[in-house]
Amino acid sequence: MLEAVHLRKTFGTLVAVDDVSLTLENGRILALLGPNGAGKTTTVSMIATIVRPDRGEIRVDGIALAGDTDAAKRKLGMVPQDLALYEELSARDNLRFFGSLYNLGGAELDRAVAAALEMVGLIDRARDRVKAFSGGMKRRLNLAAGLLHDPAILLLDEPTVGVDPQSRNAIFDNLEQLKKQGKALLYTTHYMEEAARLADRIVVIDHGKVIADDTLQGLTRGGGTLESAFLTLTGRSLRD
Amino acid sequence: MALTPFVALVRKDLQIFASDRRAVIMAFVMPMAIGSFFGMLFSGQPSSDDVARIPVLLVDQDSSTISRSIVAGISTDKNLSAEAVPIDQARDRVRRGNATVAVVIPPGFGEAAGRAFFRGTDKPLLDFLYDPSHGMELAMVRGLMTQHVMEAVSREMFNGEQGRRTIDDALKEAGSIEMPEDRKKLLLQMLTAVQSFNRAVPQGSAAAPGSGGRAGSGISMPYEVHEEAVMARQNAGYNGFAHSFAGMGLQFMLFAAINLGIELLLERQLGLWKRLRGAPISKATLLGAKIASSTAISAMVLLVSFAFAMLVWHVRIEGSLAGFVGVALAASLMAGSYGLLVASLGKTPKTARGASTFATLLMVMLGGAWAPTFIFPRWLQRVTVIVPTRWAVDGLDAMTWRGLGFAAAVLPILMLLGFSALFAAIAVSRFRWEEE
Repeated sequence: MLEAVHLRKTFGTLVAVDDVSLTLENGRILALLGPNGAGKTTTVSMIATIVRPDRGEIRVDGIALAGDTDAAKRKLGMVPQDLALYEELSARDNLRFFGSLYNLGGAELDRAVAAALEMVGLIDRARDRVKAFSGGMKRRLNLAAGLLHDPAILLLDEPTVGVDPQSRNAIFDNLEQLKKQGKALLYTTHYMEEAARLADRIVVIDHGKVIADDTLQGLTRGGGTLESAFLTLTGRSLRD
Repeated sequence: MALTPFVALVRKDLQIFASDRRAVIMAFVMPMAIGSFFGMLFSGQPSSDDVARIPVLLVDQDSSTISRSIVAGISTDKNLSAEAVPIDQARDRVRRGNATVAVVIPPGFGEAAGRAFFRGTDKPLLDFLYDPSHGMELAMVRGLMTQHVMEAVSREMFNGEQGRRTIDDALKEAGSIEMPEDRKKLLLQMLTAVQSFNRAVPQGSAAAPGSGGRAGSGISMPYEVHEEAVMARQNAGYNGFAHSFAGMGLQFMLFAAINLGIELLLERQLGLWKRLRGAPISKATLLGAKIASSTAISAMVLLVSFAFAMLVWHVRIEGSLAGFVGVALAASLMAGSYGLLVASLGKTPKTARGASTFATLLMVMLGGAWAPTFIFPRWLQRVTVIVPTRWAVDGLDAMTWRGLGFAAAVLPILMLLGFSALFAAIAVSRFRWEEE
């Protein structure tokens, strides 16, 4: 189980995240929704221990994460918004590298790489360089790179940006499969239909604060769609 | 520090380096090409028969016995390649850069030089027309001309027709020379003795020792020269390629290190850094692996360059092999930490590349990687000890062509390790672990 407790982060005078708390249980998907600059990525970065919070803490199975080398970090898997892959390396070499960062090696690493490639449908392209991949294939490989060490909690920061419907659908299938395996998924997105399809619970964040934390049914209780509820909560003014 | 992630990080950098054909060519082929070029420029001459002669144009407007003797002397000088031309052509060729120095012997030079030889007054002018970009050659030609003019004038004065006339005239005019009486008396005694000598010795009958067999006496160089290059081994000629490959190897290992630093900035830009930071590995592992991979690539660049120089240009480690390896590894570590410094101080790959390339070129230039530091002004030679490349170049020179022992490598190694520690300390203290 993942718990973020009273997280706060400022960059200079900008308060990026202000007292954000959320809980994610195993076998659940939590969607983190918010307009641009709402604080979603900073929140995920703090949970992934990439950014140190000014206040608050991250707990995994009730134990607060401490330090870069905390063994509990192995329970977290990160799928960043960017295509965080080495274009000059093959898909297999990319995954071998990312798996090695979690101390995987030998046959264990080979198995993990094969399983991840199989899952995202890239096993036949394992030896191809990433720079030869389409956007959708890169997105799928990006997801695979976060799964190698079999994390209990997966942090997905807009994992479907810029992909074709087929790849998006394939990613959804992968995520639902992971959920069935009992993994906890924290999913940030701009796309309301993705949140509506995947999430057990939706947290809406704006100006660094949590402004709603409910199920899809709870958020659309008054009628209308998730998008209309989102616009009601966050307003219609344009964001940078 | 966990070993598996560390090894994976290093291997990944090496894989990316090897996959970039342009970077590989830049790192390995360029130092070979440029090192060979500079080596040819700065190499010593293989034998005394193949000395690079300075081209000199001679304009003899005097056509006297003395001027012809000067021209003859210069024409046989092994350091000069003389050619007689008219004045207009001489000036034109120097202006165009086709000749470095032209010596003009004006009309009446021989007569005036003979008179001035004894009296020390009314000295005639010898014109030197020179290309200002060849100041060093001018100084050499001036020195050699002094020898040939002195030999020609003195020979004529002591044993030539003009000398006899000049002495006779000087004795006739001695009464009108303005100088203290005691000195005038001594001058008259000397001129009389020379006149007696000239009458006693038939004209042009004696060949002065060291005159190269030219007839006549006179003043000649009172010594011969024995040249010995002080090298590691006897008969081992100076190999300029050893220095040029040290310099170019260092330059391109620093460029390779810059590339690795910029790779880290690209990792940041592409979001890869987030993935790395999200893994359970320490900051020391992340940065240590970057220094290690950068050091490994730098060492490869330097050692491959030297291997090429050994195979093709017969460069040899005449001194301590351990010292050579020590300096090479310390220089590679310095380059590795320099790459990390670029990653720490750079904001974006583009700006970091520009600034670090400039800094590197400055460093290799001041370190004597392009041209040996002994041609620098003295103050600059003293100042450049603050540049790490200076220690690397000096250390590699000491272990290769100078043939010195391990003791001569100790200070360069320590200095390079000190620079490595300094660069790493600044890099770690300024490293941005978080992004807004």
